[in-house]
Amino acid sequence: MQAAGNKLTIEGLSKTYRGSGGGGNVTALKDVGIEIGQGEFVSIVGPSGCGKSTLFNIIAGLVKPSSGKVLLDGDQPDELLGRVGYMPQKDMLMPWRTVLDNTTLGLELNGVRKKKAHKQALAEFERFGLAGFEKQWPAKLSGGMKQRAALLRTFLAGRELMLLDEPFGALDALTRAQMQEWLLDVWQEDRKTILFVTHDVEEAVYLSDRVYVMSGRPGKVVLCVDVKLDRPRKSEITMSPEFLALKQRLLKPLEAAVKGTHFIDDRPTREEAL
Amino acid sequence: MLKRGSRGRNIAERVLPPLLFAVFVLTVWQLYVVLGDVKESTLPKPTEVVTSIWDNRQLLWDNAWVTIKEILIGYAAAIVIGVGIAVLIRSSRRIERAVYPWLVVSQMVPIPAIAPILVIWTGFDLRPKVMVIALVSFFPIAVNTIDGLRAADPELLNLLKTLKANAWQRFRKAQLPAALPFMFSGLKVAAAFSVIGAVFAEWVGASDGLGYLILVLNNQTATTDMFAVIVVLASIGIGLFLIVSLIERLLLPWYYESREVESEGLELEPEEIR
Repeated sequence: MQAAGNKLTIEGLSKTYRGSGGGGNVTALKDVGIEIGQGEFVSIVGPSGCGKSTLFNIIAGLVKPSSGKVLLDGDQPDELLGRVGYMPQKDMLMPWRTVLDNTTLGLELNGVRKKKAHKQALAEFERFGLAGFEKQWPAKLSGGMKQRAALLRTFLAGRELMLLDEPFGALDALTRAQMQEWLLDVWQEDRKTILFVTHDVEEAVYLSDRVYVMSGRPGKVVLCVDVKLDRPRKSEITMSPEFLALKQRLLKPLEAAVKGTHFIDDRPTREEAL
Repeated sequence: MLKRGSRGRNIAERVLPPLLFAVFVLTVWQLYVVLGDVKESTLPKPTEVVTSIWDNRQLLWDNAWVTIKEILIGYAAAIVIGVGIAVLIRSSRRIERAVYPWLVVSQMVPIPAIAPILVIWTGFDLRPKVMVIALVSFFPIAVNTIDGLRAADPELLNLLKTLKANAWQRFRKAQLPAALPFMFSGLKVAAAFSVIGAVFAEWVGASDGLGYLILVLNNQTATTDMFAVIVVLASIGIGLFLIVSLIERLLLPWYYESREVESEGLELEPEEIR
């Protein structure tokens, strides 16, 4: 893949937090490289504390990296804030806004008039499984609906690249499976570029075009695997031999990362992405 | 969906038990005085108190009006001071460190003890009463509002940043609405404090008002009439509390309706995926 054609290119990204009051420095990220092409769905899997949040905060423009580059469409922007759609782990719906007003938050901050924003949002309510709940408070929604509302808010903010931080992490297994299938359907229609973080290898393989495995402390990429399964995918695919083989391949380094031991595989990271 | 029809039953369930309890207590009281042959100057019968209120309605009303005026002005001043201090303290760490301890110390000073000094400074008119009421009531408002202004999730503020919200928009759209339920808790406590403050202030120096009336009646050992005044004072406190609660309900419908969902154990199960 050519760097110029990438939606997002991350090169040699490192982040070290200064230890406060006697504590040593903490290296959250070390020499991380990630590439995402236009319209691709890319996942990062890794254990807790592998620096995924730091990575997301850097890409979203909330945190400045210690070194390395974040390129959008091949250029290094002066300001990343406001360029990237960001969906935090918790739904972060405002309890004082109706579901509809929550989803239009990004449009509102972009200066879109309320009426127009509402119209734009309402057109998507059916597809996001929220029809009939426009005027409800978020507290009245189920866990899955809250996540879909948060996703719609991120979609409507209109960024070409979206960062989704474990959006289904808190859902029960059944809801989770439904949500994955639904997300694939929605993504298939719009083909927005998505960077997705999860703990769940199966979820990563099922959804993605490419999966990066990160290890913890300091967080770095230890493996990158292209997922060449046909699209559109249905949930049956998770039983296929190809799927299981991929899963197997990703699980090994991930288990090593969880144990904290280093996984050595002759620097497989960059080549496999090409 | 919540059933609308259950609302009327709800109110009955909420109002009836305390009402029945009050009737029970008053009956026991009445029986105790009648059967125990208690002197009226020690403890009057509830029926005698009611009669006294009716007989003295003009006197009570004239003095109640004086006290209500003091309370309303003092309470309004407490809101301005309390919210003002809270916003000031939350606006900068340095101000918070400098001011917060003194805010607590201000409550260690027994306000009734400094009331006479206020009278020396300002005379016998409305001013010292308003000052005492404001001094005893601003604290719960300030402390609760300070907590409230901390209540907005930092992740939500980050999300707003990625949507290009400036500091004012983050305050207006997240921090302020998140603070309001806390602020109203403080306002309700302050409503009770303000009545206590008014009585103290009138004891120190006044020529009318319900607190003053109690002093006069005490000198005459008119116990029944004193009870009548106490009932009116309590009614003022209850009235103020109810008005504040009503404003809260009108201003923060989401807060109550969201809590209803939680306390009812989510009786609605919206369809997961359509």
